[in-house]
Amino acid sequence: MAGKTLYDKLWDSHLVQQRDDGSALIYIDLQLLHEVTSPQAFEGLRMHGRKPWRLTSSLATPDHNVPTTVEERKSGVNGIADPVSKIQVTTLDDNCDEFGITEFKMTDIRQGIVHVVGPEQGATLPGMTVVCGDSHTSTHGAFGALAHGIGTSEVEHVLATQCLVQKKMKNMLVRVDGQLSPYVTAKDVVLAIIGKIGTAGGTGFAIEFGGEAIQSLSMEGRMTVCNMAIEAGARVGLIAVDQTTIDYVANRPYAPKGDHWDMAVEAWSDLVSDADAQFDEVVVLNGADIKPQVTWGTSPEMVIAIDQDIPRPEDQADPVAREGYARAWKYMGLEGKKTLADITLDRVFIGSCTNSRIEDLRSAAEVVKGRKVAATLKQAIVVPGSGLVKAQAEEEGLHEIFTAAGLEWREPGCSMCLAMNADKLGQGEHCASTSNRNFEGRQGFGGRTHLVSPAMAAAAAIAGHFVDVNDLVKQ
Amino acid sequence: MRPFTKHTGIAAPLDLANVDTDMIIPKQFLKSIKRTGFGKNLFDELRYQDEGQPDQDCTGRPLREDFVLNQARYQGSSILLARKNFGCGSSREHAPWALDDYGMRSVIAPSFADIFYNNCFKNGLLPIVLTEEEVDQLFKEVEANEGYELTIDLEAQKVIAPSGAEFSFEVDAFRKHCLLNGLDDIGLTLQESDAIKAYEEQRIKTAPWLFEARSL
Repeated sequence: MAGKTLYDKLWDSHLVQQRDDGSALIYIDLQLLHEVTSPQAFEGLRMHGRKPWRLTSSLATPDHNVPTTVEERKSGVNGIADPVSKIQVTTLDDNCDEFGITEFKMTDIRQGIVHVVGPEQGATLPGMTVVCGDSHTSTHGAFGALAHGIGTSEVEHVLATQCLVQKKMKNMLVRVDGQLSPYVTAKDVVLAIIGKIGTAGGTGFAIEFGGEAIQSLSMEGRMTVCNMAIEAGARVGLIAVDQTTIDYVANRPYAPKGDHWDMAVEAWSDLVSDADAQFDEVVVLNGADIKPQVTWGTSPEMVIAIDQDIPRPEDQADPVAREGYARAWKYMGLEGKKTLADITLDRVFIGSCTNSRIEDLRSAAEVVKGRKVAATLKQAIVVPGSGLVKAQAEEEGLHEIFTAAGLEWREPGCSMCLAMNADKLGQGEHCASTSNRNFEGRQGFGGRTHLVSPAMAAAAAIAGHFVDVNDLVKQ
Repeated sequence: MRPFTKHTGIAAPLDLANVDTDMIIPKQFLKSIKRTGFGKNLFDELRYQDEGQPDQDCTGRPLREDFVLNQARYQGSSILLARKNFGCGSSREHAPWALDDYGMRSVIAPSFADIFYNNCFKNGLLPIVLTEEEVDQLFKEVEANEGYELTIDLEAQKVIAPSGAEFSFEVDAFRKHCLLNGLDDIGLTLQESDAIKAYEEQRIKTAPWLFEARSL
């Protein structure tokens, strides 16, 4: 019998009941909650007179709607200017208080983007099943945890039953061999993967990322890669547990202690795919071939290396692709442009659950240090992923580097990644963004998003247009 | 949940691949704490010329005349035809809520994003996968014939065209059962409470750290 993949092992260890019809009941260890996708779930519990199955399995924090200016944040939830956003955050507070769920409220230094907060607290642990009403829950797969986004009905289902009805996914291995070049980051790796397999390439699969280039990444980098598995269509991204994982988790507030720690570490050593495990599909990339990536269109698969020409609709053989490219060209205002450097940028956003961790901020700070953002730029903002990331960055003096260079230093939240708060693009504005989606209107009505790494966003902020960060740092 | 058994309705062709959930319902409408009322903002940016706001009366807003759902012939449509990878992007259940609230009962496409596909079944909305060729044929027929209606028979797992032509589709047995009977799957899972408790008793022995109280 062939060995098991990491996904197979996680599935097996959480199987409560296999049903005759092919569906299965899977146990959930951790549910993260935020204000946007939970109110209707709590309302459902109340309507049916149900209580959460196990309170200690939930952790909540508001992130999508919270304002990020110091002024608005001073008075907590009362400082939210938008009344509709305020109701949503207040509703989360009220629901958590009513049901007894631990919540890091807006004034708590531990507040932040759920996918930054969970790992930072050690709430996310290897071998767990983790869900959240947010598709970027795949982030937590970086810890060898089975983690994926769910809808609000399922948020309610997990609250009420601690389980989800699931069907097993297929296994895909994406292997990135060799070493990465200087200033080629986890973000470039995952964008290159999406460029290769497409936004539906991983549909129906749990993707395990492996190979030397992946193993060499820090936990922050691994989270960036798994975060965007969903942008390749895969609900689940996974990376095997190794010493890097264990070192990151050790001594975090929620991590096991004492005997339980030793027991856990021993159990976690099995969280790798067996050498003879069979994958339904294997994709291989060479790390040394990957260059800094930039998206040019309105889907994460519309991505090229910084030195490539923007692909033209008329060069596409497939008629559906040709039409999609033509629509993207029009929306992005690319007529008359040949390369990425021809696009004049209006704003730069460094943040989001993809790239707002301390390593991301260090990487951007290193590039802007001693330089000034281009005068043509309307705005460049840096939004740390959590209050603790912010505090760490300030301890290292990163905020001073950013502000000296002309970037704004903000309070933690999802911010301009999806523009549910006041941070958004104006119509037709181009933004170099470290977020995860470049869909039409994502960062604001008519806004034009280009996805990049923090180092590339920082370089773009200095130049006012896209440039290979390797060239900029030599100047 | 409203059951889905058999449905006949006007089909509307949305000729776009990779329709994402931001397109289906833009983020400013996610601030609602209700499950209803999203229909008027379904495909807001494709449908209206201006930027929509939550709680806005949409009756006087300037329409994009070329958008499929704004055309007279597709008024009252309840079946959406679309291209591959429909519903990609975020997990927002507001997307199926908006489709349902608008009056859609089914979406037919060559493929769907996983989370969206799953969310549909929780809301009495039936996502149907047909082959690229079959979907293409339906696009051609619906565009050529005004008032084109399709019948969807979930029990028989068939889409029936006006010509009588039938297209079979696959659907998971459990999802089909829940949809046909309009079942609340939380209630069904709670019938298995003993199995869940038995799992927990076993698991706490091998992985006790997962059950520690999180009070900090």
